[in-house]
Amino acid sequence: MTTWTSICHIEDIPRLGSRRVARPGRTDVAVFRTADDRVFAMLDRCPHKGGPLSQGIVFGDGVACPLHNWTINLIDGSARAPDVGCAQVFSVRVEAGQVSLDADELAAPDRALVRAE
Amino acid sequence: MDTQTVLEPGQTSDDFSASTRLKLVVIGNGMAGIRAVEELLKLAPDLYDIAVFGAEPHPNYNRILLSPVLSGEQTLEQIVLNPLQWYAEHGIRLHLGKTVVDVQRRQRVVIADDGTREPYDRLLIATGSNPFILPVPGTDLQGVISYRDIADTQAMIDAATRYKHAVVIGGGLLGLEAANGLAVRGMTVTVVHIAPWLMERQLDETAGKLLQQSLEARGLKFLIGAQTQALIADRDGRVMAVQFKDGSEIPADLVVMAAGIRPNTALAEKIGLHCSRGIVVNDTMQTITDPRIYSVGECAAHRGIAYGLVAPLFEQGKVAATHLAQFGIGRYTGSQTSTKLKVTGIDLFSAGNFTGGPDCEEIVMSDPYGGVYKKLVIQNDKLVGACMFGDTADGSWYFKLLRAGRPIGDIRDKLMFGEDNIGDSGHEGHSKAAAMPDDAEVCGCNGVTKGTICKAIKEKGLFTLDEVRKHTKASASCGSCTGLVEQLLMFTAGGDYSAAPTRKAMCGCTDHSHADVRQAIVEQRLLSIDEVYRALDWRTPNGCASCRPAVNYYLISSWPKEAVDDPQSRFINERGHANIQKDGTYSVIPRMWGGETSASELRRIADAVDKYRIPTVKVTGGQRIDLLGVKKEDLPAVWADIGMPSGHAYAKALRTVKTCVGSEWCRFGTQDSTQMGKDLERAMWRMYAPHKVKFAVSGCPRNCAEAGIKDVGIIGVDSGWEMYVAGNGGIKTEVAHFLVKLKTAEEVLEYTGAFCQLYREEGWYLERTVHYVSRVGLDHVKKKILDDAEGRKALWARLQFSLDGEPDPWFEFDKAQVDLRQFAPLATLKEDA
Ligand code: SRM
Ligand SMILES: Cc1cc2nc3c(=O)[nH]c(=O)nc-3n(C[C@H](O)[C@H](O)[C@H](O)COP(=O)(O)OP(=O)(O)OC[C@H]3O[C@@H](n4cnc5c(N)ncnc54)[C@H](O)[C@@H]3O)c2cc1C
Ligand code: SF4
Ligand code: FES
Repeated sequence: MTTWTSICHIEDIPRLGSRRVARPGRTDVAVFRTADDRVFAMLDRCPHKGGPLSQGIVFGDGVACPLHNWTINLIDGSARAPDVGCAQVFSVRVEAGQVSLDADELAAPDRALVRAE
Repeated sequence: MDTQTVLEPGQTSDDFSASTRLKLVVIGNGMAGIRAVEELLKLAPDLYDIAVFGAEPHPNYNRILLSPVLSGEQTLEQIVLNPLQWYAEHGIRLHLGKTVVDVQRRQRVVIADDGTREPYDRLLIATGSNPFILPVPGTDLQGVISYRDIADTQAMIDAATRYKHAVVIGGGLLGLEAANGLAVRGMTVTVVHIAPWLMERQLDETAGKLLQQSLEARGLKFLIGAQTQALIADRDGRVMAVQFKDGSEIPADLVVMAAGIRPNTALAEKIGLHCSRGIVVNDTMQTITDPRIYSVGECAAHRGIAYGLVAPLFEQGKVAATHLAQFGIGRYTGSQTSTKLKVTGIDLFSAGNFTGGPDCEEIVMSDPYGGVYKKLVIQNDKLVGACMFGDTADGSWYFKLLRAGRPIGDIRDKLMFGEDNIGDSGHEGHSKAAAMPDDAEVCGCNGVTKGTICKAIKEKGLFTLDEVRKHTKASASCGSCTGLVEQLLMFTAGGDYSAAPTRKAMCGCTDHSHADVRQAIVEQRLLSIDEVYRALDWRTPNGCASCRPAVNYYLISSWPKEAVDDPQSRFINERGHANIQKDGTYSVIPRMWGGETSASELRRIADAVDKYRIPTVKVTGGQRIDLLGVKKEDLPAVWADIGMPSGHAYAKALRTVKTCVGSEWCRFGTQDSTQMGKDLERAMWRMYAPHKVKFAVSGCPRNCAEAGIKDVGIIGVDSGWEMYVAGNGGIKTEVAHFLVKLKTAEEVLEYTGAFCQLYREEGWYLERTVHYVSRVGLDHVKKKILDDAEGRKALWARLQFSLDGEPDPWFEFDKAQVDLRQFAPLATLKEDA
């Protein structure tokens, strides 16, 4: 069974924006909120050269990386064509505005950076 | 009756069964039809169940490249645009080798020659054209072919291995490419051409004759003015000679008919669609007879024109696709075309009205011995036509000027010498692009070589600069290699790639251009991004990372104090008010008015560096100090501690004002340039603009502040100040234009402010002043700033109104809408979590 760690209220994240969950010693997790109040979470590390995705511009269900403008799908973490690569996604639960992440996923060690050439 | 399918939450339209989708049938598996399908799939991948009929037994291929195949420079495999698996991947039923013979418009069914039937809700006819066959006896003989498809090309290649004499009838683009290919393959080729010079529809007489000379030098023979009367058969029913009106004959084992093309409208006429020099369509590419039926490509007649080049056909395909996708916003309003001959080693370019006429002026450069000829036709201060032979390096530039309709008065004296001499964009000669080795780097920013670009163009069938940028990243960053990439496109993709159209859509979210969007914002008094997207039927709910910042800028610059700035639509630098670095840290560059600082400022900076362990302190190229490697969470505290205003080094805004020491100290100084710079900076800092803006003020013409390469450069002289505008020290170094000489410091402020405001109101987002001024022309700027005193004062007043009360984002967080939550994490997990 999934253990959910409560992170914040949805209003703590700006619409079409994101915040990050700090994990000292490991990469942060970026939490995004779309215009229609869906919430997604992803490792805060772009599959291209590790840019902090939490700092990107959110649109539709994608985020444009602040470093070189790759667009990463929030739903599955994949980079939009023609770029290739995938950011690690985290499960999110939103209940009565309360945003939670999967405790096990949060606790797991960083995966190696998948780098597209 | 159809059963209605209701989408369950979580169900996507993929879950629809094919039978409940609308049915689209495409007749013609060629370049225009399939491009329309590709565009449609991009917009609405699941809307239609698609079936395609193609009379040829091949998947869609790049017809343009038949010529390099014929001359042996490419192979048939290399020119396939959509391999069979592409159709399969998109669930398209492909009926290859089947010719559609009837359409029952009432039952909405398409019927092919083998009896295959496909019902449709929407039908797209893209049957291309047929070669025009001269009405002379003997055209049905063996060895007489036209030049249209793979079969013809193959027949020519085969003939060249067995026969000696080829005659090509028609000295137009197609005929000459056929002739060249056959000659390369070893045949003796004679081109028969009835008009007085070659390619008379694209070239004037001089260029046509130069072309003939250079083809003759390659061994081709010409019979100009000769009129074919009959094709003569040998005993086996194969052609053996061509006979002319005067009775003379020449031997021919192969005759290629290249005397023009006619829109292929037989099927359309049969099913009762109105045809007149093509299937008549309206601006949405629907046939005027039956709105369920669309037509694109060479078979379609739009406003009386059936185009025979791919660039316009692709535009048509895009419009048809938006309409099929039920966006219905795109309109096709016609195209201007340009021509290039794909004969390796021969450079020829023509576009627009190259013959001139009354009220046209011509600039001609002619060097018949050197084999170079250029003619530019100008009407009402605009370039309307170009015809070039021998040196076509500037063809795409001229074509761009022609389509943009930009006034050319200010560059007229240099126009003939090309873009290099104007410096519009990084430009290199055509021959240079062609001569570059494959491993030479074209795009320095992204490390893309010529080989990679050419390979992508060929393999992925790329036609536009945007496509190349997307797939290879070449020219996608600083853009200085754009000229080179365009040339690679020119000769790799074939004669016609579509250079950026004049009314280029802002991005994939809309068909509207930057001009449309700003105009709508101003005229309809739109005050928020949502209003803009609604009023202009945006395709995406909240735009993308490229349109949202632009729209946000147009809003706040058009309606200062009314439109509300949207930080979420700004790039992180402008949202966090610092420059993001490659490792995710930030840099802080405080403002140092005019580059002057003091001991106490330096002390505060030094203390902050120690306190926040800032790894690097650097003097910038803009006379300020950069603190690099600041952690995001420390930013507000660093700003507070150094207590200096934001330098906006991160923003599309006024950045540095460089100054020299000037008359206060310098033994040559004529004016107090430092004070002038400080005054300018204080008057205009916090000014958001389409792109960054930099000023410099020097105290004498020695110009130590490098005012000649700034957006506004001021140089002190004995009697006052000289003002220069639209310089650029960056990607394409461009010396600023002299605008005016002024007497007082007040005047300098007013003129500089007016120029900046004009740029703010008219520049496109991400267009530097150098590009803005080269687009609108310096004369336009002079008219607005120098000739119209009232207008100038009004511009300056509007800028002051906009800037009045603008907050400093480093201190007035609320007013500047700085979301302070961004500097702290949402939550911090325990280290051992
Ligand atoms: C820090 C600095 C280099 C330095 O250490 O000296 C710098 C750093 C950057 N420049 Fe610059 N430029 C700096 C002075 C210049 C100058 C010289 C000047 O201002 O006198 C130029 C040429 C003058 C000009 O702008 O015409 C310059 C022309 C560019 C360009 C090319 C602009 C163009 O239109 O051609 C870019 C690319 C762009 O803006 O798209 C650029 C882009 C950048 C970016 C923003 C690249 C990026 O996207 O991250 C760099 C930001 C680094 C950072 O985060 O701090 N930088 N850059 C200089 C900051 C000056 C300041 O005090 O604000
Ligand atoms: C040798 C050559 C060189 C060229 N060079 C250039 C150049 O450099 N630059 C440039 O811009 N343009 C060039 N062109 C022109 C360009 O190729 C055409 O403008 C373009 O291919 C037209 O596209 P289309 O889809 O309208 O027609 P096509 O590409 O001809 O496609 C029409 C297809 O429909 C099929 N069809 C017709 N009737 C039926 C039916 N009843 N049922 C089923 N299928 C049917 C045909 O078999 C054909 O495959 C060149 C053309 C040729 C032949
Ligand atoms: S500071 Fe300017 S010149 Fe230096 S690497 Fe960055 S963008 Fe290039
Ligand atoms: S690191 Fe994200 S696009 Fe380069």
